[in-house]
Amino acid sequence: MGSRFQVVEQGPPIEVFQLNKLFTEDTFKNKVNLGVGAYRDENGKPWVLPIVRKMEKKMADDDTLLHEYLPVLGLENFSNSSVSMLLGEDNPVITEGRAFGVQTLSGTGSLRVGAELLNKHLKYTNFYYSSPTWENHHLVFVNSGFTQPRTYRYWDEKARAIDFDGLIEDLSKAPENSVVILHACAHNPTGIDPTQEQWQKIADVMEERKLFPFFDSAYQGFATGDLDRDAWAVRHFVKRGFELVCAQSYAKNFGLYNERVGNLTIVLSDKAHVAPLKSQLTWIVRGMYSNPPAHGARVVANVLGDEKLFDEWRGHIKLMSSRVIEMREALRAQLIKLGTPGNWDHIVKQIGLFSYTGLTPRQCEHLIQEHHIYLLRSGRINICGLNPGNVEYVARAINDAIVKFPAKDDDSRAKL
Amino acid sequence: MIMAQALKKLTAQALKNNYAEAVTTGIVSRASSTWWSNVPMGPPDVILGITEAFKRDTDPKKVNLGVGAYRDDQGKPFILPSVVKAEEIISKKGLNHEYAPIGGESAYTDAVAKLAFGEDSPILKSKSNCTVQTLSGTGALRLGLEFVSKHYAKNKEIWLSTPTWGNHPQICNTLNLPHKKYRYFDAKTNGFDLKGALEDISKIPEGSIILLHACAHNPTGVDPRPEEWKQLSEVIKQRKLLPFIDMAYQGFATGSVDNDAFAVRQFADDGHQFILAQSFAKNMGLYGERAGALTLLCGDAESAAKIMSQMKIMIRTMYSNPPLYGARLVTEILTNPQLKQQWLSDVKLMADRIITMRQRLRAGIEGAGNKLPWQHVTDQIGMFCFTGLKPDQVERLTKEFHIYLTKDGRISVAGISSNNVDYVAEAMHKVTS
Repeated sequence: MGSRFQVVEQGPPIEVFQLNKLFTEDTFKNKVNLGVGAYRDENGKPWVLPIVRKMEKKMADDDTLLHEYLPVLGLENFSNSSVSMLLGEDNPVITEGRAFGVQTLSGTGSLRVGAELLNKHLKYTNFYYSSPTWENHHLVFVNSGFTQPRTYRYWDEKARAIDFDGLIEDLSKAPENSVVILHACAHNPTGIDPTQEQWQKIADVMEERKLFPFFDSAYQGFATGDLDRDAWAVRHFVKRGFELVCAQSYAKNFGLYNERVGNLTIVLSDKAHVAPLKSQLTWIVRGMYSNPPAHGARVVANVLGDEKLFDEWRGHIKLMSSRVIEMREALRAQLIKLGTPGNWDHIVKQIGLFSYTGLTPRQCEHLIQEHHIYLLRSGRINICGLNPGNVEYVARAINDAIVKFPAKDDDSRAKL
Repeated sequence: MIMAQALKKLTAQALKNNYAEAVTTGIVSRASSTWWSNVPMGPPDVILGITEAFKRDTDPKKVNLGVGAYRDDQGKPFILPSVVKAEEIISKKGLNHEYAPIGGESAYTDAVAKLAFGEDSPILKSKSNCTVQTLSGTGALRLGLEFVSKHYAKNKEIWLSTPTWGNHPQICNTLNLPHKKYRYFDAKTNGFDLKGALEDISKIPEGSIILLHACAHNPTGVDPRPEEWKQLSEVIKQRKLLPFIDMAYQGFATGSVDNDAFAVRQFADDGHQFILAQSFAKNMGLYGERAGALTLLCGDAESAAKIMSQMKIMIRTMYSNPPLYGARLVTEILTNPQLKQQWLSDVKLMADRIITMRQRLRAGIEGAGNKLPWQHVTDQIGMFCFTGLKPDQVERLTKEFHIYLTKDGRISVAGISSNNVDYVAEAMHKVTS
């Protein structure tokens, strides 16, 4: 008998994983992976945070630690710490009992549970995301039941900055109750964040149009190295009186990528709705995976719950974000040294893991094929993939690509 | 519509309430609409509610026969020796926490597929299975059913046993997948209603999906015998149904992982291209670490590859990639020969304790001179026992004796120990006399 599933068509490969596969299979000695968004140390190696190693060892030595089911909404002290970390522990909304969190499967799981809640219970169907945005936003919301995907202008290719007028114009036309996905900090993939003044204006238009803010916070601490500074936008919206949700991920800032540790923070204007919301979230989770995985959340909860360990962790984020900033400087310096055509200031103006280099698809292809440097077709690079050992090599290759395939003659972006 | 009206009402109310505050604090809360007031309180989950009630009870004799987690003879959670060893080994390895592949690590998916289908299964040799790591059993069911909703070209209707695990229909409802029932449990005998099942199944519309429990049926503990499985297989084939097998207790039922996989392997041999959900929550005691797997049998390697590509897209939009901690332990145990042996005896130990408690419970009730038949207590298998108690008798057990169980009369035998078996037997006798 042929398969029942013969009708199923081959799905398109997900670019970033496809890229990773090609990189892994490449035998070239000096290959460089500037694709997937994970932190790498100065030797290009994954870095398990010392505080995580320490905590895991402690947990491994603890005979009393069990593997029982967590509550459906996860470890409560984990969520409480996450909400405090995001909103500031003295935030009035916390003391007023109108902010709470539920443990989720990292950032993606947070987005999915939040989107399911908004679609199934508030019946929201429109959603907006920045152009460009993290490639998974669209489908997460569509698979949660949202039927009207729309974009708001964000990246201005020519200026290599935010197309702020375009952004405001697009949001000004958004229908009431549209859910707007906002990157809390370290915008993925561009690395360009709105200024505080711009955030205020975004809040103005969202207030006026009655739009619903859905923050995606995957890099708190990773952008500037300061947890509070990186949460400024979310806290501003809260101060302004918005009800909102925020998806938080501990994949990057705790390096716990594969343990799927995340939190969905929800801020309401009335604490009376907390209980009904929690009960509905319980049903959403129960129907998806029953209860979240314990290990990673315990690590995070134990660290955030202890002042000394929390401080130690702050040191790690500072170290990681500093190395990223250093490499941004280094890349730009090398490009300038080589006399590479173009202005490279955006590399250091951008923030977080990624940089939207402005390289064209053709130039990117050249980098991959000729120089074994792996990056996305969009020109996005993960700065963490750079280190003192390869930054010169990468700069030379970029220079080569630009010289060989000048942007002016390149229409390959149209094919993106 | 309703939302707009509600919002309007609430906005007016909010403005009224916030005005004074706005004046005194200087913060004019312009975004004052309450978005959430239409959200009703959801009904509490029955099973989880029992544990909550048990926790609140202060009676020293209280017994929790609600949630299905294994307990040792002291009534304590049990960390399997094989798991302890595996944790030591993994800890020493000093592994990193880089993203897992979307479908989980291949060492894991290979090992769990072998466990289910047998080391020498032709399915695995032909690579015609699409196996992915999932968030335990629930995650496998949700992912499998969502995949069906999206991609299945035949009759999108699922048939569930009467009764079945409470979360089965809930997952279907979440996906708007219509679900119907086929007869399963015979309340007269507290056993399997083979005749009723075959009758109902023979009338299921062709191409529908049928959900089966591989072993240790939850909640009844009633499993078909091997000859009965063969009959089920045949009628399911005749009706061209897609079997979805939920295997949450491999090893836990009889104490033998191979015996417990009988139905899975029979169906594979019979050529069914079924869907399989596996859980390591109970048989490895890894409850909270969420280790499970979903397999789709696709007929050939090419189809399996195509299906895998779509499966990955679906996983990506739910949680991107799976948590590794629990899966790494499973892999270590299944691929390390010594650990595997240890695990097989750990799981036998758990199954044997359950079987012993069943024997003692039955003996206790019969020994008290109870007139009703209690053979089903030892005939049934796995963690659960469908006692046959009626709701009012269940209520008495809880109110008078502080014994907690679900309204349908299901008890978790794992909650019974040497310390309480006599008490429970006595109580069950009293409420049924």
